[in-house]
Amino acid sequence: MRQIDLVVIGSGAAGMAAAIEAKKNGVNDLLILEKDDKLGGILNQCIHNGFGLTEFKEELTGPEYLQRFVDEVKRLEIPYKLNAQVTDLTNDKVLTYSSKEDGLVKLQAKAIIMATGCYERNAGAIMLPGDRCSGVITAGTAQRYLNINGLMVGKRVVILGSGDIGLIMARRLTLEGAKVLCVSEIMPYSAGLNRNIQQCLIDYDIPLYLSRTVSKVVGKDRLEKVILSAVDENLQIIPNTEMEFECDTLILSVGLIPYVSLLNYIDCPISSTKGAVVNQYMETMIPGIFTAGNCLHVHDVVDFVSQEARLAGRSAALYLKNEIDNNENKINIKPGNNISYVLPQFVLENSVDDITFKFRVRKPLKDQVVMIKSGDVVLGKVVKPALIPSEMVMVNLSKEKLQEVKDEIVISVEDR
Amino acid sequence: MKQIHDVLIIGAGVTGTMIARELSKYKLDAVIIDKSNDAGNLTSSANSAIIHSGYDPEPGTNKAKFNVLGNKMYPQIVKDLDVEYIPCGSLTIALEEEQLEILKDLKERSRINGVEVKLLSKEEVLKLEPNINPEVKGALYAPTAGVIDPFNLVVHAMENAIDNGVAFLRNHEVKDIKKENDYFVVKTNKEDLYARVVINAAGVKADKIASMIEDIDWAITPRKGEYYLLDHYKEGLVNRTIFPLPSKKGKGILVSITSSGNYIVGPSSEFANPDDVSTDAPTLANIKASASLMVPSIPFKETIRVFSGLRATCTRHDFIVEPAKSERNFINVAGIESPGFVSAPAIAEYVVNELVKPVLKLEKNPNFNPKVKPYHRMHYLSEEQQNQAIKENSDFGEIVCNCEHISLGEIKEALARSCPPVSIKGVKRRTRAGFGRCQGGFCQPKILLLLAKHYGVSPTKIPLNEDGSYIIDHLIKEAK
Repeated sequence: MRQIDLVVIGSGAAGMAAAIEAKKNGVNDLLILEKDDKLGGILNQCIHNGFGLTEFKEELTGPEYLQRFVDEVKRLEIPYKLNAQVTDLTNDKVLTYSSKEDGLVKLQAKAIIMATGCYERNAGAIMLPGDRCSGVITAGTAQRYLNINGLMVGKRVVILGSGDIGLIMARRLTLEGAKVLCVSEIMPYSAGLNRNIQQCLIDYDIPLYLSRTVSKVVGKDRLEKVILSAVDENLQIIPNTEMEFECDTLILSVGLIPYVSLLNYIDCPISSTKGAVVNQYMETMIPGIFTAGNCLHVHDVVDFVSQEARLAGRSAALYLKNEIDNNENKINIKPGNNISYVLPQFVLENSVDDITFKFRVRKPLKDQVVMIKSGDVVLGKVVKPALIPSEMVMVNLSKEKLQEVKDEIVISVEDR
Repeated sequence: MKQIHDVLIIGAGVTGTMIARELSKYKLDAVIIDKSNDAGNLTSSANSAIIHSGYDPEPGTNKAKFNVLGNKMYPQIVKDLDVEYIPCGSLTIALEEEQLEILKDLKERSRINGVEVKLLSKEEVLKLEPNINPEVKGALYAPTAGVIDPFNLVVHAMENAIDNGVAFLRNHEVKDIKKENDYFVVKTNKEDLYARVVINAAGVKADKIASMIEDIDWAITPRKGEYYLLDHYKEGLVNRTIFPLPSKKGKGILVSITSSGNYIVGPSSEFANPDDVSTDAPTLANIKASASLMVPSIPFKETIRVFSGLRATCTRHDFIVEPAKSERNFINVAGIESPGFVSAPAIAEYVVNELVKPVLKLEKNPNFNPKVKPYHRMHYLSEEQQNQAIKENSDFGEIVCNCEHISLGEIKEALARSCPPVSIKGVKRRTRAGFGRCQGGFCQPKILLLLAKHYGVSPTKIPLNEDGSYIIDHLIKEAK
């Protein structure tokens, strides 16, 4: 069995950034495994702009953004394999992949970075009520058909869910000649970024209905109509509020879920984000297995995916140099008031670096202060004029402050 | 010149395809037609997929007879047809003290039916199935029950019948049937077909077909069953099929492993019209509540799909396996609801030996081969075998479905057989590509393009399921 220092699984915005950073930090024996036939992952189909504002201080399309990383991978001569699907992983970091050229290959890795992205919640997962006709499709799949294969999925479209991909697809399908009738969002606020509401809906006169969801899908073979109903504060359908839309396509943009089937093979605790439980090094509970990007928690901005992955890449390099002590005291991090999750879920004392906590709020809030507390001790306070669930929030804690902590740390937001 | 077939079977579900396979043991001109574009597209692909032991049907009924006979045939059938089958056994559980009496009655019923069962104490039940409600009082254990891959059972029975000489006509919907001279004229939406013997295995529409020949004193009143299908996940849930006590409506809402290692929860049981396979939130909520009484920890967040199927419940409350009153050459095989899957091969033997033989001279087909050529299921092969397969055909190394790890080679293999898939769901049912947590989000475009290339048609022609359920509306660069 081939021994290798580091395997990076996935070559999207996270995988390539992680591999580049690991290489820059002295990891020379490494390999990227990509399941598709080209590097870049889902960015290949994201032909809209809005990428790179943080990373490159300019506005790029998805393919432009990923090309910068591809160029760097090639410049640094980082080896990669395409059409290579990882099919097994053990606690001892023995990894199996399958490919046309190599057959089944086993690798004994010293460190692994999982950067496998996310998948879309679909009709099954939301138990979409009504008929099982065609014409109901997730936004990302419709995007792939259109932007990669040149295939349009319909002419008259209703979109369920105001997540960013749904909004982007509302504009994209309109530009391609379809009539987008509306976007329906079950929550009383949008799940997408404000800039996308403006640029993808308002600019094209596409109505956004809040607190409304699909109560029935109707169609014998192909979708014929969609019924939308209003929902109450408990998200239950209110009778006699139906709106009927004749359409041939229902696009689902109802959330993304970390795509980490590999976690099923190893004894690695899974968090409420459906990604792995990690420490400040983006290291899972299995020392030497790291994870970053959308397979850890779903991001709204790709630049932050790359940033997080660089941390994982650098950490893997530290681990390979025995500079991470997994026997250190563990401090648990808990989400407090109004917070749905916080990452990392625990930190190792005596941190190499300052720590960035990432979290999301449960509902839109104004005039808030983010509190980082351990017991009664306030470790940090950050004022936030406005917080929305669709935007990930980041707050820092210096490694020196960490020394004052003995108990768990709670991150919460409170009224100012 | 009109071609008069010896036998024409209407309906390519589990019953029809099993009869077709049984007929292919003889030198006959047999044809099987279905209104769908594939075998097993309706009831046979949306049910619990349980090979019942036979503890439940009333002694003396067709259900009891064929269930018990069929159950014994399965170990050989799954070998011959290369179908995934787990002989996991079933537990029928009592949650209240007074229900223990009913278990005893069921045990007696099993004895009369000739089914091996055992009463288990609370402790024994919880030892076998730790996730069952700890309030359980006891259970009836039926070790001969099992779970099967329902899709490939039907498709492989069809494939085997075709390989042995039966013709399969898809997209043929029967409009009318008339007797002319000594044969039937079966008018379809396509052409007229002619046959000396007609076998009606039309599932939820069997009463409609039977009425084309004579007035009947029975009817099919379809009952819809909605289900949850859960992902396979690390912790595991149950190792067997768990039933509540049976009621008038059927065997009740069960919790079971599937042959693919997923978990299935359902079905509901409500009368529905014969084309309605929709799902609705209130019914699913009821299923959830009922099932949670038996297994409180079912992780419904792992749901990857909800679906429904129709049972061909008959007003006679038993399987109808008999000739029409006025026509010995017209055989009704109707009302095949649960336990239909397990009974199908026994019904097929009975139909051919007892009902077809008296009206048609049957001569053995010397070339009959009971086996389908084994399929490559990479997932179940050892590493060595996988590497050998990839060495022989590198397509087996290229993974198309990332969730279930299904290779291009496996999909191409299904396409190369004599009952190939024509739709996305046809590929999914045969190979499991698209069966996982992303439900085809990643692999559907690849499979759709593969099908379009294989059949030499535009991507707009590839359906999700039935013809008409197109996925692609148009090509963006198509000339206007």
